Amino acid sequence: MKRNVPGKLILQDGTVFTGSLLGGTTATGEVVFNTGMTGYQEILTDPSYCNQIVTLTYPLIGNYGIAKRFMQSRKSFVNGFIIGELSREGSSCHMTEELTEFLKAQGVPCLYNVDTRAVTRKIRSAGTMKGIIVPADADEATIKELMAVPIEKEVVAKVTIPEAYEIPGEGPHVTVLDFGIKQNILDSLSRIGCRLTVLPASTTAEEVLAMKPDGIFLSNGPGDPKDVPEVIENIKKLIAADKENNLPIFGICLGHQLLSLALGADTYKLKFGHRGSNQPVKNLLTGKVQISSQNHGYAVDDKSLEGLPMEITHINVNDGTVEGMRHKELPIYSVQYHPEASPGPDDNVYLFEQFRDMLTKGYRW
Amino acid sequence: MPKKEYLKKVMVIGSGPIIIGQAAEFDYAGSQACRALKEEGLEVVLVNSNPATIMTDTNIADRVYIEPLTPEFLEEIIAKERPNGLLATLGGQAGLNLAVQLAERGVLEKYECELLGTPLMAVKKAEDRELFKETMQKLGEPIPESAIVEDVASAVSFANEIGYPIIVRPAYTMGGTGGGIADNEEELTDIVIKGLKYSMIGQVLIERSVAGWKEIEYEVMRDGNDNCITICNMENLDPVGVHTGDSIVVAPSQTMTDSEYQMLRSASIRIIRELGIEGGCNAQYALDPNSERYYVIEVNPRVSRSSALASKATGYPIAKVSAKIAIGYTLDEITNAVTQKTKACFEPALDYCVVKFPRWPFDKFVYADHTLGTQMKATGEVMSIDRNFEGALLKAVRSLEIGVHRLHMDFMDDWDWETIKKHLTQINDERIFVIAEAFRRGIACVDEIHEITKIDKWFLRKIKSITDVENLLEQMPLTDDLLRRAKDVGLADRSIAEITEKPINEIRQQRKAAGILPCYKMVDTCAAEFEAATPYYYSTFHAEEDEVQTSNARKVIVLGSGPIRIGQGVEFDYCSVHSVWALREMGIEAIIINNNPETVSTDFDISDRLYFEPLTTEDVLNIVDKEKPEGVIVQFGGQTAINLAASLEAAGVKVFGTSVDDIDRAEDRERFDEVLTETNIPRPQGASVTTVQEAFDAAARIGYPCMVRPSYVLGGRAMEIVYNEEELRDYMGRAVKVTPDHPVLVDRYMEGTEVEVDAISDGVDVVIPGIMEHVERAGVHSGDSIAVYPPQTLSSKVIFTIIDYTKRLATNLHVKGLLNIQFVVVNDEVFIIEVNPRSSRTVPFLSKITDVKMVNVATRVAMGESLASQGYKSGLVDFRPYVAVKAPVFSFAKMTDVDIALGPEMKSTGEVMGIDYHYARALYKAMVGAGMNIPVHGCILITVADKDKEEMKQLAKAFYDIGFNLVATEGTARAIGTMGISAQVVGKVHQRSADIIQMIKQGRINLVINTLTQGKHSANDGFKIRRATVEHGIACLTSLDTAWEVLRVLTFMRERRLVYSLAVQDYVGGGDDLA
Repeated sequence: MKRNVPGKLILQDGTVFTGSLLGGTTATGEVVFNTGMTGYQEILTDPSYCNQIVTLTYPLIGNYGIAKRFMQSRKSFVNGFIIGELSREGSSCHMTEELTEFLKAQGVPCLYNVDTRAVTRKIRSAGTMKGIIVPADADEATIKELMAVPIEKEVVAKVTIPEAYEIPGEGPHVTVLDFGIKQNILDSLSRIGCRLTVLPASTTAEEVLAMKPDGIFLSNGPGDPKDVPEVIENIKKLIAADKENNLPIFGICLGHQLLSLALGADTYKLKFGHRGSNQPVKNLLTGKVQISSQNHGYAVDDKSLEGLPMEITHINVNDGTVEGMRHKELPIYSVQYHPEASPGPDDNVYLFEQFRDMLTKGYRW
Repeated sequence: MPKKEYLKKVMVIGSGPIIIGQAAEFDYAGSQACRALKEEGLEVVLVNSNPATIMTDTNIADRVYIEPLTPEFLEEIIAKERPNGLLATLGGQAGLNLAVQLAERGVLEKYECELLGTPLMAVKKAEDRELFKETMQKLGEPIPESAIVEDVASAVSFANEIGYPIIVRPAYTMGGTGGGIADNEEELTDIVIKGLKYSMIGQVLIERSVAGWKEIEYEVMRDGNDNCITICNMENLDPVGVHTGDSIVVAPSQTMTDSEYQMLRSASIRIIRELGIEGGCNAQYALDPNSERYYVIEVNPRVSRSSALASKATGYPIAKVSAKIAIGYTLDEITNAVTQKTKACFEPALDYCVVKFPRWPFDKFVYADHTLGTQMKATGEVMSIDRNFEGALLKAVRSLEIGVHRLHMDFMDDWDWETIKKHLTQINDERIFVIAEAFRRGIACVDEIHEITKIDKWFLRKIKSITDVENLLEQMPLTDDLLRRAKDVGLADRSIAEITEKPINEIRQQRKAAGILPCYKMVDTCAAEFEAATPYYYSTFHAEEDEVQTSNARKVIVLGSGPIRIGQGVEFDYCSVHSVWALREMGIEAIIINNNPETVSTDFDISDRLYFEPLTTEDVLNIVDKEKPEGVIVQFGGQTAINLAASLEAAGVKVFGTSVDDIDRAEDRERFDEVLTETNIPRPQGASVTTVQEAFDAAARIGYPCMVRPSYVLGGRAMEIVYNEEELRDYMGRAVKVTPDHPVLVDRYMEGTEVEVDAISDGVDVVIPGIMEHVERAGVHSGDSIAVYPPQTLSSKVIFTIIDYTKRLATNLHVKGLLNIQFVVVNDEVFIIEVNPRSSRTVPFLSKITDVKMVNVATRVAMGESLASQGYKSGLVDFRPYVAVKAPVFSFAKMTDVDIALGPEMKSTGEVMGIDYHYARALYKAMVGAGMNIPVHGCILITVADKDKEEMKQLAKAFYDIGFNLVATEGTARAIGTMGISAQVVGKVHQRSADIIQMIKQGRINLVINTLTQGKHSANDGFKIRRATVEHGIACLTSLDTAWEVLRVLTFMRERRLVYSLAVQDYVGGGDDLA
């Protein structure tokens, strides 16, 4: 029987939660929670969680191990992982390694045996905040030092691919701006037949347009959208060019936020964000509700969209926040949530299908 | 979309009596639906034949009809009430079938009554094999390949096409006889030959077997605007092959990847969309553990048992939301009752693990086949919640009340390795215990057991982690650290005490001193993402934070009644709920503890706080420590709650109502004898014995026949009538383990009229709301008897004596609340059989028909209010001008090898009520409601024991006189001949080719009257005859008393007297006297 190494999570406001440490390393990050009951691997490898300490509310984690095919990016970008029970032996025919092996290999500090519901309740009432993972016997100085580590702002640069690459396809050519894209977005775009050129976040508008794409995709990614002003400037140019070339532009999550900032709207930080696989989104165009996978700490201010040539197309049923929008004149649209799922429900695949129809059939609203 | 404004009055169909496969979950669903509809200002008409339910309370619906659930009765009620909507999806399969029948008969159209929720076509698509196949194929949803064949060659060629293993099911046989699973051509040939022989039409269905695959279920909801959500998914620990109702189920799924989870979720949504259901639906899948392949196994186009489980597991009120959807609301218009802020259109997120464990009736049906397969056998279930699987599993195990508190059964201690290995291969109610035993002894590793059982290794490892800690407890000193680990895997203090051989109190003290205490967490549908208002909690040892907000108000804990089982059904949940309501009415906070997901009491808006926990001393005491209530009420939770009274009191908890000592005086044989001496009340002569020899001596002294049973029983478990020493010897050796601690009671069996009384006493006054007379003479368990209110044959002298005895007993026992007494009347002399100082099975029935709110009054009494202050006078409440008949309902068709003969052992699973101003009509309704297939003409087979021959002659003559043909075995026929009438003689079983069984099979017999001859072995001819009647749907009367009453009904029917329906409100409120 392995001996547990006692560890703890300390929040900025001094709240302490105890647990056991895997590997014994320390971490600093923004503590967030995700309420999904499956998909821990997809969450761990979603670059949007970069620099965050992710708490899972579902208490039994690792049950089906890790499978290569569920990787959402080349590695895990989370700063720490807070869970209830850690399953050391997974059971699944898809499994390629144990979760514990993966966490160790990825260097992700994991605090387990934690009352993650208590952590969640804390964050729900006090809001997202900085926290650290330390061994239980960490001295004051270490704690102070770790707590003082600033939360990095250059996260998009950290997660985007260093160099452009292509994913072949028979259909229209789509340039994908990678701000920390999830694998299943790429797969979803491939599934609708696109040929993809995946570009680093720093790619300029001119470079993008020079590739003569049939459409442009703005990906998800981590952090505050306002931390990447150069990207916003680029998107402004793309929108300006769109008045001429009328290219379909589709944004998801961070892509949606950047698009709104480029259009002159504003974004703000939510108290504790939306992270989970059960968020109801109402499509205002059809009056129907779909369940969505979400992972965002920022949202587009609905008031700031007033007076812009934008129409809110989707709202969150729980809190009424903006979940989707489209341009009134141009073929530009975006959603705050994750139609590609992984993890989460497949209810919103229609958004990719719409993109396909815009690219191939000239569909416009 | 707003609600359908044209709807003013909606009829809700309940599910009728509790049977295996259709238990209390529909009381919960129906009650929730009725309340949801009333909330919208609709007038609600409810029809349900089951009086033991909350839903048939007059405050649940505007018009409550406790009438037989047949299309004829429903049509009459529809014609009378003219509802413009019919909601049938919350009444189980029974409700749905009725809706289909009403629609097909044109009743709905004729009376302009809209079928709400599930469209008729959806029912057909889900239930008709061919249509289902077509629908799934259209959707591209895979279903197991199947074919109907009439010869072996076709079977083999089909098997070669799709591959083995293959399931063979003969067409049109009941109970699955003649089927099986074939792994190769040889086996297939064998099974098909046999199956073709068994099938009445010479056909067998052969199908790809997915036994061993993972079985997964999804609960889905859809509204009229096509919004679809899944409430939760569930994974069966038992792989495909065991009926889901007999499987240990965990929610949410544990071993499915997100990809698999979403794949089946999306399939479920496609299915509910295609079926066009507006409301809830359940889809079951087989998932290949070695790929992402799956098959759709079954779709239930309605709220089901699994929906009730999903509701309780998530906190999402499926029935309530289904009802709102049925009247036109969309999911995003309905408020989430849990958060009060968010909407019902979301998918619950669980942050705990839920385990459901079935409760089987094998403790009653000792001889029944324990094998689990495609036919469900469980009567009820328990659910438990914890932050880990081990904790939830062990909580479930100790909630079962089958004498175990961990994964350990005493008798397996004597098994050798070979026996254990052999039992590992058997799929029955003990499998998980055998697995634990194998791990405990290190006989097999996870991989080996997985190979044998196909249970996912994840579950097996969890079971092993429990037994690993058990082994440590056995070997190591009990440090605080080890104690913590034991609590981590969910072991009860009692289990730890047993393994470490220490007193349980020592464990508890050490645990508390070490600060190892449970935390209580909330079930909130959203994993704490939003603030919730649900007072719905569970305990866990895996947490730091306790989030229960206790108050300083006056508060009392009501103990629930646990799983539905034979002898303790939904009645006790009814009582628990009413006690909670009474307390709240009194301004006292009511806290309920229960573990049954199928009940109203475990709805979070019934009590001030709901603790979904096992009903054991430790679990209850932990809550008491937390809540610090004034005390607990134990008299409404059946024997489950009563059994906890002594230990709770010993731990310093105040027990409200009748004192623990007085409860003991009523239940302990010798002390009760003293009570009877003091009160001067006679009882049948009897003795309490502790050895076999003592039993013989006692029986010889008392005289045969004797009634024998172990002390402290409920529902007449292991109770039998023995007619001689040989039978007594057999009984003592087989049915009971007699020890000084567990004496056996030997009583004189008195053949007389059985009478049952429920009374309320405050220790001074005694109110008797009603007296019930049983149709069947003493010897048939009271729960299996037809009970009639008011008594039809008792003299006023007897009634006076019963009132007098009841008063004497209640005052002597210082009863504070309810008591139930059973008497036997022989030649106008009254003897007492037993006293139960608690609520009984008949309380809901009696409360409803007498309009005395018995549980409310009793709760107030228990809390200190006198009967006088509540306006009640001592004595019998005046009989009402109508007659109510309670008839038992059995689930024999589900238990293929159980003897259906009535006796002192209770066998019924549920009950129905018939009410009318005329006795025969009430009786008729009760019999029809109970599903008794009474022929109006035809052939009656009579075969009775010698002791019954005299009486039988009269009976035979009477049936003959109203035009029935008689068939009898030789001896019986001769006896009948002496009456000057003749009976066709038939050969005994297998005596010649045209034997009795053949006649039954050929449909030449319409009714069977068969009384038990001695010997209880299933090889017995009588047993075969009785079972044949079940398989062929023929009424079989095993008591001459029942037969006389059937005769009464038949005679009455011949007179073509009008049978009509009235609502309970009409009777109780004193409707027109039409008698």
